[in-house]
Amino acid sequence: MVKVSEFDKVFNEAQRQGRLSFYFTNRGEEACSVGSGAALRDDDWVWPQYRELGATFWRGYTIEEAANQCCHNELDATKGRQLPMHIGSPEKHLMYVKSNLGQQVPAANGAAYAMKLQRKGRCSITYFGEGCASEGDIPSALNIASVHGCPTIFFCRNNGYAISTHTDDQYKSDGIAPRGVAFGMPTIRVDGNDLLAVYAATRAARRIAVEEGKPALIEAMTYRIGAHSTSDDDSKYRRADSPEEGYDSERAYWDARSPIVRFGRFLEARGLWTAEEETALRKTERAASIKALNDAEKRAQPHVKHLFTDVLDEPPWMLRQQQADLKAHLAKYSEHYAEVTAEQIESM
Amino acid sequence: MLSRAVTRAAAQRAPLGARAMSGVTQMTVRDALNGAMREEMQRDENIFVMGEEVAQYQGAYKITKGLLEEFGSKRVVDTPITEAGFTGICTGAAYAGLRPICEFMTFNFSMQAIDHVINSAAKMYYMSGAQIKVPIVFRGPNGAAAGVGAQHSQCFAAWYAHCPGLKVIAPYSAEDARGLLKAAIRDDNPVVFLENEILYGMSFDIGPEVLDKDFTVPIGECKIERAGSDVTLVSYSRGVHTCLQAAEELAKMGVEAEVINLRSVRPLDRLTIIESVKKTNRLVTVEEGWPACGIGAELGACIYESEAFDYLDAPVERVTGADIPMPYASNLEIDALPQINNIITGVQKVCYRL
Repeated sequence: MVKVSEFDKVFNEAQRQGRLSFYFTNRGEEACSVGSGAALRDDDWVWPQYRELGATFWRGYTIEEAANQCCHNELDATKGRQLPMHIGSPEKHLMYVKSNLGQQVPAANGAAYAMKLQRKGRCSITYFGEGCASEGDIPSALNIASVHGCPTIFFCRNNGYAISTHTDDQYKSDGIAPRGVAFGMPTIRVDGNDLLAVYAATRAARRIAVEEGKPALIEAMTYRIGAHSTSDDDSKYRRADSPEEGYDSERAYWDARSPIVRFGRFLEARGLWTAEEETALRKTERAASIKALNDAEKRAQPHVKHLFTDVLDEPPWMLRQQQADLKAHLAKYSEHYAEVTAEQIESM
Repeated sequence: MLSRAVTRAAAQRAPLGARAMSGVTQMTVRDALNGAMREEMQRDENIFVMGEEVAQYQGAYKITKGLLEEFGSKRVVDTPITEAGFTGICTGAAYAGLRPICEFMTFNFSMQAIDHVINSAAKMYYMSGAQIKVPIVFRGPNGAAAGVGAQHSQCFAAWYAHCPGLKVIAPYSAEDARGLLKAAIRDDNPVVFLENEILYGMSFDIGPEVLDKDFTVPIGECKIERAGSDVTLVSYSRGVHTCLQAAEELAKMGVEAEVINLRSVRPLDRLTIIESVKKTNRLVTVEEGWPACGIGAELGACIYESEAFDYLDAPVERVTGADIPMPYASNLEIDALPQINNIITGVQKVCYRL
């Protein structure tokens, strides 16, 4: 959770400095992703929305890989084709984050269904916010998962806001949990800021999915402490008043009971952790994130030939022709294209 | 969104100019599609079919007849009415290594799921840097049928042909249906396979090689259905049938039309069309879809961007469906779709005989 928190700070600041075009933070929701991620097997499929960096790091995805993707450099596995934080790793069974909200939910059923047909004893987990839950894809996915017995864990992070839309304007129901019940699946509401509660709920859901071949819905109540992304100014819409006296604002109230604070205190109370250790850990993680960012920035950008590759498995003749035209152009006017090396032109 | 498709008795016709002779095999498009799916599912257990009514009902148009009995309910899967739900499942299953055939009861309903077709299927290989293949076939009837009204009659060829990352196929004959569906299922890319309800019942002569279990037709190549020297007619799907009928009438008027069946609208085999236009000097495109930004517009661009432009003796003429939502009344519907006389008029225009 601390790793996510420090990575978030470094990369969010980097966007504000103009070094990245875009970034999403996970502030306040670290327990949702780390707790659930830890309850799965490494080969269960993870279908994220975009605020699950904790589950991604848990799986072994490194900060260097994340930095390369955010800086869309030559080491980026997706060859510079996606926005920052649209991370993933098929070999680690982490599906890529995608911009079209909600599509991950029915698709997670597909992976779950495939694993069930192949009798692999595994499941899918898919994450979505309470705002995303309004998309038509989500009720469709809940229904079809129930009907067909897809071993899918539906994990809803109810974090209070969908960009600027407060939950009061997102739904009139009692949160998202009734939708699981409506579609006939076991459903639980959990304190999303309690790391161990999230872990326990996901373990239980996983057992249902894998042993009973049924989906389950977890609604994790949490709070989005940061902005939606670097593209919005949450001071314009975040509610000012704390739900209880003694805190300056709604955000301050939740900051005081964030997952990292709560779990840190829990461990401290048992003599397993100290404030000094936390400070030291934060320092180490911050340094590692800064180094990862600096290293990633220095790397070259993706080869221009990747404009043309991977549209289909075999390049269609028109793209081959256009690539050949570009190669000839770059060769002829190479002195105007200092950033493209002779080797790169040759290899087109 | 169930449609009660009113299938008028589409006449079982032999291909024009041919009559069934003893010893020549005939096959309907429906049987060609059914047999292709069956054989591919026998060959590879990762292939499964999913959609509304595909299993117990044997398919809304009976294209999946008998598959449930042979392969069971885990591989022939009936779904609730949720295109978003089942198209999502099929796409996710394809990412995970299965080879789904996702049936839309008609392609009109694919609009409920088009985000999955384009954003989750078509773009994924590119966006994942070649890490995730999507070997999925989206199939179902496309375009006008007979008396099914505006929301069941749209042609999606131009919409899907627009998108990189997809292959888009529109078969005409039984040979096309069988060979192209097998090719589509074996292809590792996402394929949109646009059938036609009126063609389902049509019967075609097929050669013995077509019956081979490994018979495929190459994706991205046209077929010249009828050679001619005076004008090139290009169409796809049911439009090919109307072109062949028009060609017979034109021959009586002393005009020999070359009829090209596109077979694939993406990739579009412009080279064959260019060569044909260089020979005939005149091009008339025929499609049942709407004119704006349609396949005919694309074919015109293929010609004027190429050396064939210098060979044209007249501008390219488009014959298309009327630029209106499809009316229901049969007299109006006939007027809204390209008929033989519309094609003849188009040819006369480019021959300066009007």
